[in-house]
Amino acid sequence: MELLHEYQLVVRIVKFHLETPILERQARKLKVGDIVYISGLLVTARDAAHRRIIQHLKEGRSLPFSLDGLPLFHCGPLVRKVNDEWKVLTAGPTTSMRMELFEDEIIKSLNVRLIIGKGGMGEKTRRALMEFGAAYGVFTGGAGVLAAGRIKKVKNVEWLDLGIPEAVWVFEVGSFGPIIISIDSYGNSLFDMVQYEAKKRMEEIVKNFKS
Amino acid sequence: MDLKVLIEDVAVNLLRLSVIELPRDVKEALEKAYHKETSKIGKAQLKAMLDNIKMAEEMHTPICQDTGLISFYLKAGSRFKGLEKVEDALRRAVRRATFEVPLRPNAVSPFTQMNTGDNVGLHVPYIHWSITSGDFLEITALPKGGGSENTSALRMMQPSDGLSGLKRFVVDVVIEAGGKPCPPTIIGVGVGGGPNIAMELAKIALLEPLDRLNPDKEVAQLELELYQAVNKTGIGPMGLGGDTTALAVKVNYAHRHPASYPVAVAFQCWAARKATARIHSKGEVEYLTHKV
Repeated sequence: MELLHEYQLVVRIVKFHLETPILERQARKLKVGDIVYISGLLVTARDAAHRRIIQHLKEGRSLPFSLDGLPLFHCGPLVRKVNDEWKVLTAGPTTSMRMELFEDEIIKSLNVRLIIGKGGMGEKTRRALMEFGAAYGVFTGGAGVLAAGRIKKVKNVEWLDLGIPEAVWVFEVGSFGPIIISIDSYGNSLFDMVQYEAKKRMEEIVKNFKS
Repeated sequence: MDLKVLIEDVAVNLLRLSVIELPRDVKEALEKAYHKETSKIGKAQLKAMLDNIKMAEEMHTPICQDTGLISFYLKAGSRFKGLEKVEDALRRAVRRATFEVPLRPNAVSPFTQMNTGDNVGLHVPYIHWSITSGDFLEITALPKGGGSENTSALRMMQPSDGLSGLKRFVVDVVIEAGGKPCPPTIIGVGVGGGPNIAMELAKIALLEPLDRLNPDKEVAQLELELYQAVNKTGIGPMGLGGDTTALAVKVNYAHRHPASYPVAVAFQCWAARKATARIHSKGEVEYLTHKV
């Protein structure tokens, strides 16, 4: 793995409370290690929704929802319908890397300013975040009840034909977080830093094996 | 008393218990990790996990939205009445739990991509049998999330790679997995047999209580060494850096063919959900992992 520069695993930690829509200059202020809380709107999309968004973009069709300045959340929620109203029971992030194939195009075309997921993303996304001014943040994987607690209501749902987890959910959220910025618009990736460090440590780990 | 109805009811309870409340050993391991963690970001991740565990219990809500692909591991006494009814009862239980708990519908056809909507499909739920003496049926429900499944790895190593090769492979897999399996994970390692046997052993290793020392001294030593090694990688909670990459490493082995040395690694995310109960032929039910 090649890094832009030699990192030290020391990152600043600044807390941000952002209201949507997020502006490009706000997104460009975020750096790896920062903690973000979001209030406003949040849009979910997983594999199938990503594929369909790309298809729409290719065919020049408009989307039934907007991502302009909004966070895109990699999440397939567990929901229940009570008296015609959707209730979100648990809604943590899913593994972001599966969306790597599509994300740069979505950042470029739809003005997404924050991607929220878990596990990190790849080189194409890192470059798109730099070029178009956005960031990638991690919400603790598995902490779905914590996440659902910050979702005030389901504002809209589209593409339910993809199934509940794969549909696009628009949530109204209050202080949704903590989200740890893990890839920023400066090209820094906390995941790359951790992996780089781990690979450096490998030699010593192997040396200490008893057989 | 209808044993089939009882099995179904118990299995629904096990699914509900497992997705809502983590077993005691897992909660204790996470709490211990939280107190020991020195990375600020890592500690914040562990705090979110502990808060989430508490909220899920208080609100009777599944811990994680990915309630997994469902497996049952059975220990069946040969004198247990109604063994032929078990599989059907378990499938009915999964269908019911999907709507009652609820569970997220997670059974998708790999060809049509259609979701069955009720977590039941071909070979799903997966049912693993072992027959023993006695007149009871012990059921362990293991609803396992996709994120940790996707980082599983198998390598058909050379016998000459030896134990040091095995150790290196396990640490490599953990580094490669990074934050994807939702660390701190429980790591199951299966060695020997054939490829299918090694992976099955790795998965079964995940069912072991975390605080139980392996009775085989050499295996216990290997588990400790691997545990220390993977935690030295610094991958940390959610892969964001820190001291806690794994809560435990559990090793299971089979004898191998002279020419083969299969090693399998299975991950269980920090939300290590499982629940076990024992049903006796006369109808008494004991829940072994949760208070009911």
